[in-house]
Amino acid sequence: MTDAMIALTGPDDRAAFPASTFADVLRSEWTKLRSVRSTFWALTVTVVLGIGLGAVISAAAAHGYARSSASGKLSWDPTGVSQAGVAIASLAIVVLGVLCISSEYSSGMIRTSLIAVPKRGRVLAAKALVFAGVTFVVGEVTCFVAFFAGQALISGHAPHAALGDPGVARAVAGGGLYLAALAVLSVAAGALLRHPAAAIASMIAVLLVLPGIAQALPDSWRNPVTEFWPTQAGTQLTSVNHSAHTLQPWPGFGVMCLFTAIVYAIAWTLLDHRDA
Amino acid sequence: MIEARGLVKRYGSTMAVSDLSFSIRPGLVTGFLGPNGAGKTTTMRMILGLDAPTQGSVTVAGRSYRDLPAPMREVGALLDAKALHGGRRARDHLLCLAQSNGIGRRRVDEVLRTVGLEDVARRRAKGFSMGMSQRLGIASALLGDPAVLIFDEPINGLDPDGIVWVRTLMRELAAEGRTVLVSSHLMSEMALTADHLLVIGKGRLIADTSADEFVRSSSQQSVHVRSPQAAELAALCRQVGATVDAGTDPDVIEITGMDSAEAGKLAAAHGIALSELIPVRASLEEAFMELTRDSVEYQAAGATR
Repeated sequence: MTDAMIALTGPDDRAAFPASTFADVLRSEWTKLRSVRSTFWALTVTVVLGIGLGAVISAAAAHGYARSSASGKLSWDPTGVSQAGVAIASLAIVVLGVLCISSEYSSGMIRTSLIAVPKRGRVLAAKALVFAGVTFVVGEVTCFVAFFAGQALISGHAPHAALGDPGVARAVAGGGLYLAALAVLSVAAGALLRHPAAAIASMIAVLLVLPGIAQALPDSWRNPVTEFWPTQAGTQLTSVNHSAHTLQPWPGFGVMCLFTAIVYAIAWTLLDHRDA
Repeated sequence: MIEARGLVKRYGSTMAVSDLSFSIRPGLVTGFLGPNGAGKTTTMRMILGLDAPTQGSVTVAGRSYRDLPAPMREVGALLDAKALHGGRRARDHLLCLAQSNGIGRRRVDEVLRTVGLEDVARRRAKGFSMGMSQRLGIASALLGDPAVLIFDEPINGLDPDGIVWVRTLMRELAAEGRTVLVSSHLMSEMALTADHLLVIGKGRLIADTSADEFVRSSSQQSVHVRSPQAAELAALCRQVGATVDAGTDPDVIEITGMDSAEAGKLAAAHGIALSELIPVRASLEEAFMELTRDSVEYQAAGATR
């Protein structure tokens, strides 16, 4: 072995290689997301549940409208009814978001990923961004299709909504935004807790269990929880009717985004400092 | 070039690596040798930026790993062949790694051919045997055509053909002027592959030397003698300061502290007939056992001599 040959592959020559960029990591995360089957299934469940369940609930609610009480008729919300499936479908987004990072921990892939991209923040940011982007597109399509299908089933049996009605376009489009924020929150929770089961359980607790418990509390406790609980606040963006003790749509969504940003920041800091 | 200075890693009260300093040079296969639990993997994890050292530092090509602008183009690593998402196809696994460092698709197909996995490129990795997984892991290390390669126990689970292939590959990579660091707990494997050895036990550096030098310096030479007058010769040897071990066979003795020429002369001078006179050099394996005997973490009862 001569010195000249060693120098050829030495550090000086290698320094000429282009640095890896965030765009490279985004492409990599997109490949990761599209190349596992769970992505396809979770997104299929989101679309099918969001549209299908929304249609079933719309049809059932519209048929019951004639027999409902005066107060029931007063609070009739055709947009909310058509979007009811999306709320349940959001659980599929939570599961997929948590899995797309925590499955890297359970399989050991995270070590391979962090050796490839040692600037760890980029891995988390790219994962969150790619998954939020995919969720946003799938979410918007689901919400709009669910809206039109729902209104078609409702019309003739009960008053239906149109996109031009006040707040309706914002509420339907807001569904995709809400799901995208939930996607980021799920990825951050997965990165923070690292165990798929623990992270999914925590997300379900945040989304369903804790708000449910709050309902059993006295008013003085319940009202601030209903108002400021991050995921509850976030759903204000998707509702047309504004009920008591809730934030306005955009401030509500802001609370959810702020909460997501805090969880994300903690996940980022820990990812950067913990041994992988 | 990999350089470690005063590397220390402590997990709670366990000292995994203590005060490790070494530099690994290009153009050679450096064997990283030690019993299980000696701290080989921990050291490699620190080189690759997965674990932060408690103290000290380690650099690759003059930089800390996490500061490398295009890590896969400088360092290729295989730590754990099963550290991948089993549901992903082999080619997609390599593609997502390549993309993260701006490496093109053509290179993915190239490395798949190099490791002989082109026929299973579209199969999901969870169906792979250990040998196929090792090949896939080696393929991912080669993606960036890096100047430094790090392999943790790469022959685990390989069939004999695969073992020969890995050995040849390591030798070729080093011959191209690359830095190659290969860990193993099998001395016999390193004897066939490594030019240089880094031996650790219980997290401490025991030896940093060429493979030949390692055997020369750490193995005791002895002389095996068979003679009808073995007892007589044994007494003479002891008189001149050599050590003699007698076995179960009364005609056979093992002499240490004297080479075969000296033993032969001594016997001739006293008219002792010899039927066998064989210089015995401990194998690399025995030298390694000798050196690390005190530093193995888990020892079977009765294994201590």
